[in-house]
Amino acid sequence: MVDFSIWDIFRNLLLAARWTVLLSLIAFVGGGLVGLALLIVRIAKLRGAETLISAYVQLFQGTPLLMQLFLAYFGVGLFVNVSSWISVTLALTLYTSAFLTEIWRGCVASVHKGQWEASAALALNLREQLRYVIGPQALRVAVPPTVGFLVQVIKGTALASVIGFVELTKAGTMITNATFRPFTVYACLALMYFALCYPISAWSKSLESKLHGHR
Amino acid sequence: MIAFDFPAVLAEWPLLVKGVGATLVLTAISASVGVTLGVACAWARVHGPAWLKPIVGAYVELIRNTPFIVQLFFLFFGLPGIGVRLSPELASVLAMVVNLGAYAAEIVRAGIATTPKGQIEAAQSLALTEMQVFTRVVLPPALKRVWPALVSQIIIVMLGSAVCGQISVPELQQAVNLISSRNFRSFEAYFIGTLLYLPMAIALRRLLNWAGPRFIFGR
Repeated sequence: MVDFSIWDIFRNLLLAARWTVLLSLIAFVGGGLVGLALLIVRIAKLRGAETLISAYVQLFQGTPLLMQLFLAYFGVGLFVNVSSWISVTLALTLYTSAFLTEIWRGCVASVHKGQWEASAALALNLREQLRYVIGPQALRVAVPPTVGFLVQVIKGTALASVIGFVELTKAGTMITNATFRPFTVYACLALMYFALCYPISAWSKSLESKLHGHR
Repeated sequence: MIAFDFPAVLAEWPLLVKGVGATLVLTAISASVGVTLGVACAWARVHGPAWLKPIVGAYVELIRNTPFIVQLFFLFFGLPGIGVRLSPELASVLAMVVNLGAYAAEIVRAGIATTPKGQIEAAQSLALTEMQVFTRVVLPPALKRVWPALVSQIIIVMLGSAVCGQISVPELQQAVNLISSRNFRSFEAYFIGTLLYLPMAIALRRLLNWAGPRFIFGR
């Protein structure tokens, strides 16, 4: 019988935390890019875009992330036989994009209508309006909720364990099976997530209070 | 060429109906207890005794910064390690209550914090006790202000309950899993299952938006 010290448990969880961090970053950056593209399509007011994108947002916000992960897993599996990496990344990216595009739409909407009219009166085109007038103002409002959403993404990656992706939660389950110390392992696991998420939450909160302080 | 077979999944409709029912029951119980816990925690953080405030604060931050699935696994797999054994259903309800309680506490607290001071002073001058001031003067308008956020959080908890299938609670995700292992139509089963959550979420929002002003905080 091998004995496992707390340090063994902790070290292995730390090693697995790399994958949680990597997956969160990929989903966040990828989701941010897709979300930005969707946002621009929305702002440009292309015909039918608003209906399609709000349906897209509703679809991802109104169904469980776990089901989306399963759907991506089996859906991608229909066409090609891939590792869980691809399907997990795909599902989390799309999920993140739906939330971020909705958050950012609100931020753009919070910019006063007069700013649009004034910049249009100065004969700026849409790209220039966004780059020099609307963008900077919306960005200031957008940073705190975007940072806050990163916490949701990190917590969302825990669900990837269910379809066999080895990240923090899956590693915790595997370590439990090896050590038979579920209480210690799951407590460490929770602490690990807390250590990842709490600083980001606190940062988001301080950004928000700074923003309101400026008013 | 891929051939889809949705009828094979729809033929198992009794399982799907049971799954939807179980998910709704889980949500109903957790939402009512969870929101109550949230209100209690919000009260404790604003008006409670000094020793209670940091405890509630730690609880709220701990829950808000860890994933639901870890909380659930801790209750179901972790607690037996120290001799506390919960049934899957009880562990699920408890995890959902504890989760919603923390989020609801933050939401309700934001509502309480914006109560005009004059209203509290007016209530005090009418010789209402501290408890009466809170439950009759502070809480109803606070709930009214934060109701949309609270409703969204309840929906998030309902969607989160899909995870409870992982500890063999027979809710919708578990039903879908069972169907897909019966007929191997995994994609079709999950497609239909996922789409079933959507009307549930929309209906729940409508129901709560309707019920809130009528039964919870008055118009």
